[in-house]
Amino acid sequence: MLHRFTILIIVLVAAPVFSSLAFAQNERPRQPAAAQGQKAAAPKEQKSVAAPRHDISGTWAPANGPSDGIQANGVKAMPNDGKPEHQLPYTPYGQQVYKSHHALEGADAVLPGFFNDPRDKCEPLGFPRMNFYNLRETQILQNEYKIVMLYEYATTWRVIWTDGRPLPKFVDGGVQIGSEVKEPRYYGYSVGTWVDDTTLVVQTTGMMGEERVWLDTAGRAISDQLRVEERFHRVDHDRLEWTVTIDDPKIYTKPWVAMNKFPFQLEDPHRDVMEQYCSPSEMERYNKLFGNPSSEEGHGPQR
Amino acid sequence: MRSKVIPAMVLALGMVNFSGALFAHHGTAAFDTDKKVTLKGTVTEWFWSNPHCLLQFDVKGEDGKVVHWIGETQNPVTMTDGGWSKSSFKVGDEVTVALFPVKNGLPLGRIITVLLPNGKTLDAMGGTRTYK
Repeated sequence: MLHRFTILIIVLVAAPVFSSLAFAQNERPRQPAAAQGQKAAAPKEQKSVAAPRHDISGTWAPANGPSDGIQANGVKAMPNDGKPEHQLPYTPYGQQVYKSHHALEGADAVLPGFFNDPRDKCEPLGFPRMNFYNLRETQILQNEYKIVMLYEYATTWRVIWTDGRPLPKFVDGGVQIGSEVKEPRYYGYSVGTWVDDTTLVVQTTGMMGEERVWLDTAGRAISDQLRVEERFHRVDHDRLEWTVTIDDPKIYTKPWVAMNKFPFQLEDPHRDVMEQYCSPSEMERYNKLFGNPSSEEGHGPQR
Repeated sequence: MRSKVIPAMVLALGMVNFSGALFAHHGTAAFDTDKKVTLKGTVTEWFWSNPHCLLQFDVKGEDGKVVHWIGETQNPVTMTDGGWSKSSFKVGDEVTVALFPVKNGLPLGRIITVLLPNGKTLDAMGGTRTYK
């Protein structure tokens, strides 16, 4: 009798615990359910719930407001605003590549009729520029093999492998994976490792070179020798911090932090994210009606 | 080439605080952000598009001459954050538009606010703010 009673108690106690674990990735216990089509509200002071172990899945939005990730003036931690403390450690070649970029934003911005940003031809932004341009609502899905990130801008996705595979090595023409040489890709090759219960470190290599992609909207440069480290730290159930370090010896003399603990807030799991796209026909119409006329009458590049 | 008629169209000028750092696409280099121009006009098109939405409207001057203006906003996602939508305007709406004109004198500008026929004001900067 006593034995049956003990089993009953164990079952009653264990059932809600296992139930909550099973649905941990889908529940958002402390956030009021947002209506469809509404943006996340400003974060409120409230008691935090511990982060789940090895889990960054969910729909995340910039915690300081939807515009916090636009990064119009360049990467969040080092904007291109002309301040001495934000000067990047360029190599001579890196400086040369930067000077060849005519950006529409930043300290050396040109008028709309004189840019050469590949973004404005709707070319793929590539990685890591995806992290530094219109970083808005981001959906993260994961299973035991990989983590998939769905970015809002240009409906772009990337895969971070967490199945233990090594980071590809640089070789002539691309990267080596096992005995294969693989081509450079816009979004590179990413592998992730959990360094503790709530921190995922992601390394990425094998991106496109300086002839195809920029680092940010202010014209900063990257090359095919770029290696990026990202740290995703889930501070608690509802908050995720994202740090990005740039290591590109062809362009920069030392590694530097481009985004430092950028805060994300967990959103309602039912939220339907808007699309933000780049349409060549809409871009062409904008430039014809507005962008090019606004640059007429002898205005030229600002440098 | 559009005629330079900004002075005739100006109903109010003023200095305003403006941060261009939040704009995500074509920057602020083309605009005179020290000058705020307010115009009453009739909507001819509201183009809900990337990289910027465009509001086209006709403004009749005191001499009876009509000047066609184009005001840009940010992209649809940012404007949605600020309470705008694809149906914010329809052709024929009488609106009052405050904008930063371009420096070269053409009737183009970056929209700051739009006063709608129903008395409601749409703030073009509303979707560019942070909670900090």
